[in-house]
Amino acid sequence: MARFGMAIDTAKCVGCMDCVVACKTENNIPEGYNRDWITYDSTGKFPTLQMEIRSERCNHCDNPPCVDCCPTGASHVNDFGKVVLVDGGLCIGCKACIASCPYDARFIHPDGYADKCTFCIHRVEEGLEPVCVAVCPTHCMTFGDLDDPNSAINRQLNSRKHHALLTDAGTMPRVFYLT
Amino acid sequence: MTALTRRRFLKISAATVGTAAAGSALVKAGALFQGKGAATRKGIERIPTYCDLCFWKCGAIATVKDGVLWKIEGNPEDPLSRGRLCPRGTGGAGAHFDPDRLRTPLVRRLKRGEEEWVEATWDEALGIIAEKMDRIRKTYGPEAMALFSHGIGGNFLKHLMKAYGTPNITAPSFAQCRGPRDVGFRLTFGEDVSSPERTDIKNAQCLVLIGSHLGENMHNTQVQEFAEAIENDASIIVVDPRYSIAASKAKYYLPIKPGTDLALILAWMNVIVGENLYDREYVTKYGFGFEQFAASIRTFTPEWAFPETGITPDVIQKTAREMARYRPATLVHPGRHVTWYGDDTQRSRAIALLNALLGSWGRRGGFYTPVSMDVPSYPYPDYPKPAKAKVDNPANKYPFAHETLTTGIREATLTGKPYPIKGWMGYATNLIHALPNEQETIQAIQNLDLLVVVDVVPSELAGWADVVLPESVYLERHDDLNVEWFREPFVALRQPVVEAPHDQKPNWWIAKQLAEKLGLGRYFPWATIDEYFEKRMSDAGLSYEELKRRGIIRGAKQPIYFDEGVPAEFPTPSGKIEFYSVQLAQAGFDPVPKYKRPGSPPPGSFRLLFGRAPVHTFSRTQSNRILADMMDENEVWVNEDIVRRLGLRNGEYVKLKNQDGVVSNRVRLKSTQRIRPDCVYLVHGFGHTAKGLKFPLGKGASDAQLITRYEIDPLMGGTAMNVNFVTLETEAA
Repeated sequence: MARFGMAIDTAKCVGCMDCVVACKTENNIPEGYNRDWITYDSTGKFPTLQMEIRSERCNHCDNPPCVDCCPTGASHVNDFGKVVLVDGGLCIGCKACIASCPYDARFIHPDGYADKCTFCIHRVEEGLEPVCVAVCPTHCMTFGDLDDPNSAINRQLNSRKHHALLTDAGTMPRVFYLT
Repeated sequence: MTALTRRRFLKISAATVGTAAAGSALVKAGALFQGKGAATRKGIERIPTYCDLCFWKCGAIATVKDGVLWKIEGNPEDPLSRGRLCPRGTGGAGAHFDPDRLRTPLVRRLKRGEEEWVEATWDEALGIIAEKMDRIRKTYGPEAMALFSHGIGGNFLKHLMKAYGTPNITAPSFAQCRGPRDVGFRLTFGEDVSSPERTDIKNAQCLVLIGSHLGENMHNTQVQEFAEAIENDASIIVVDPRYSIAASKAKYYLPIKPGTDLALILAWMNVIVGENLYDREYVTKYGFGFEQFAASIRTFTPEWAFPETGITPDVIQKTAREMARYRPATLVHPGRHVTWYGDDTQRSRAIALLNALLGSWGRRGGFYTPVSMDVPSYPYPDYPKPAKAKVDNPANKYPFAHETLTTGIREATLTGKPYPIKGWMGYATNLIHALPNEQETIQAIQNLDLLVVVDVVPSELAGWADVVLPESVYLERHDDLNVEWFREPFVALRQPVVEAPHDQKPNWWIAKQLAEKLGLGRYFPWATIDEYFEKRMSDAGLSYEELKRRGIIRGAKQPIYFDEGVPAEFPTPSGKIEFYSVQLAQAGFDPVPKYKRPGSPPPGSFRLLFGRAPVHTFSRTQSNRILADMMDENEVWVNEDIVRRLGLRNGEYVKLKNQDGVVSNRVRLKSTQRIRPDCVYLVHGFGHTAKGLKFPLGKGASDAQLITRYEIDPLMGGTAMNVNFVTLETEAA
């Protein structure tokens, strides 16, 4: 069984937000909300600066606090790909998951349920990539099975320096940033 | 681009590239505009077209679900998008659904600029325009009409205006944008850089960006190739007063003092010549006047440039050597929007000369030679010969202006000299935001008998119009064939994907209807737009049906580098690369570029710089709700230390006041280390004032409004706009 993750090459990413726009149209995200976003993380003092640009989203953690704290089972780990999903019909909008997520990856959809990135599981089931990966003009994202030692994502992670976000929180995130 | 004999030689065979039959999924194309509404369309349709969110014209595939536009992706067959659009293109559906768009023809009801309208039928609106254009033609001659048109969408209107008999057809893309670059390169190599830029970014081993903020400036192919260059570990050198996205990818970031780029380029050339690092064989073979050039730059040492630019001599030397190390695969990017300081043509020429020293023109990793498909024009009747020369550049005041100057036409409209201009038509260009000093534009408009605006949204310029014509957006219309000069030849089709939601019409229809009313119907002999495309495609020996199905037809690859057999020809007066320019000397200009120190901001003031965001194009897209959701207002970037000194706070609203007392709309302050302390920065296109732009109205500040001062490039009439100084005021002030 697959365990999906994402590796994003921060050296190539220009932070253009194409991933955000594509997610919005693909998944019909209402105005004012987005499932992914860009962080421009700059450090230093002018002109000696460094900047890491990151396309961020739900980390589909191996140890997802949003699933643990959900009182109704709406937040769950999908069988296919071990992707963290929300069943909107079961969600009561209590926001416990929002409070538990260290990445601030969730929001309450205007229709009343918690919403977030699905890794475009509807596309992946059809053999496509998540739309953010598919549209990126810099080809900076790799999506794939972390349990497959020969997957493109594992080749990337084995050959490049990388980090994940807020690993101290112990959630075991599956979105990695290549540096 | 000027058609050159050599390129005529590179005629393209009709054979198409035998790619996989991606066309099979692309059904039902072309037949949709004829009354097939949402009610009759079921399931998923994928229809190829090409994008209009900017002017790059990327091939796209729109997905329509049950008759409703869903999403837009790149067309994998298209060499511009290579199957991937930029965020604006991906958000193109927002143009179709934009609630602020123009819906029906509008006729002015009150004074100009009051934006009070009567809705009109197309017949009424076009009747008013035809009557006034006819009166202008009879009273002043057809030359008294001017067309300001940006983008391929304006092709049929340009055709109409040529048939009407005016030579005064222009776009801000020359005098307000890339003009100095194209003149500088033409003076040196005999050819323009043009658009899409002939830059071989993906093969560059060293890439130098001078103010070019690729990644924020989102011209798709260039950004894709930039990412490839990064992946290939190209050495990247970025020169910018602001720590841009591109700067964050650079091996060397040079935080230059604004306005001093030419001093840096001269010093780089001084090192490369002085240390014998240039491509001697290339220069000897192709160069003209190298000895005079070398003598002229001898004094421009890194030590000389240091106090001007703020870049230390060792960094200037190191970066010059870096460029030489990778030559000829070193690309010093010529930029695109280069109307900055008034020395722009000479600065661009210096960039051309630096590339010439590195031997990059015509070489892999430098500048390739673009090729194009041979698709003949429609065989229209000959245009009438205008009785008067074009109005924009009297007495050849700007001797190297090879395109028409918007601001020259504005000047003639203001003064009536060399002859009066009494009518303007604006197509898809918002002159209030595009031309410097909006008051001059507004005053010029007062002298007009007719101002017509054709656009998709009610821009500021539309607000001043007598008649506003609502055009359908690109997803709802046909436009002319895109026969691009690029790495490989291709022809692309823009075709309707969905119907226009209201009474909007395509520009070809507008032009044809207006032609009929003006008695110029013979210039539009085709009955339907399909007939026009059929004719052009069959004359090219290509299939229109295939084009409709695939959106694009590619020709066979052609040589694009000297070493592949492209002849090394330089259509300059000497037939060589002109290190020393006799024609410049004869016209009274520096034959080799010289540096002039720019003015400094007065104490307490900051130079106003502006640029692009990846999610917007000019002032055209701020009402697109998908893109507005990415960025709905701009911010003014101010160095953090300055913010602290002024007692301001990150995120608070401030106003900018320029040297002439003009105060901007309120704008959020971005306190950042990513900019020098002597300048501030705005993303262009915000601070809308047009009442009809309900969503973006009043959001952010307009750089255009603050550009009351501009300097004119004496070689070609470009308007340099980075010459304004502002102070920061708190919102209450």
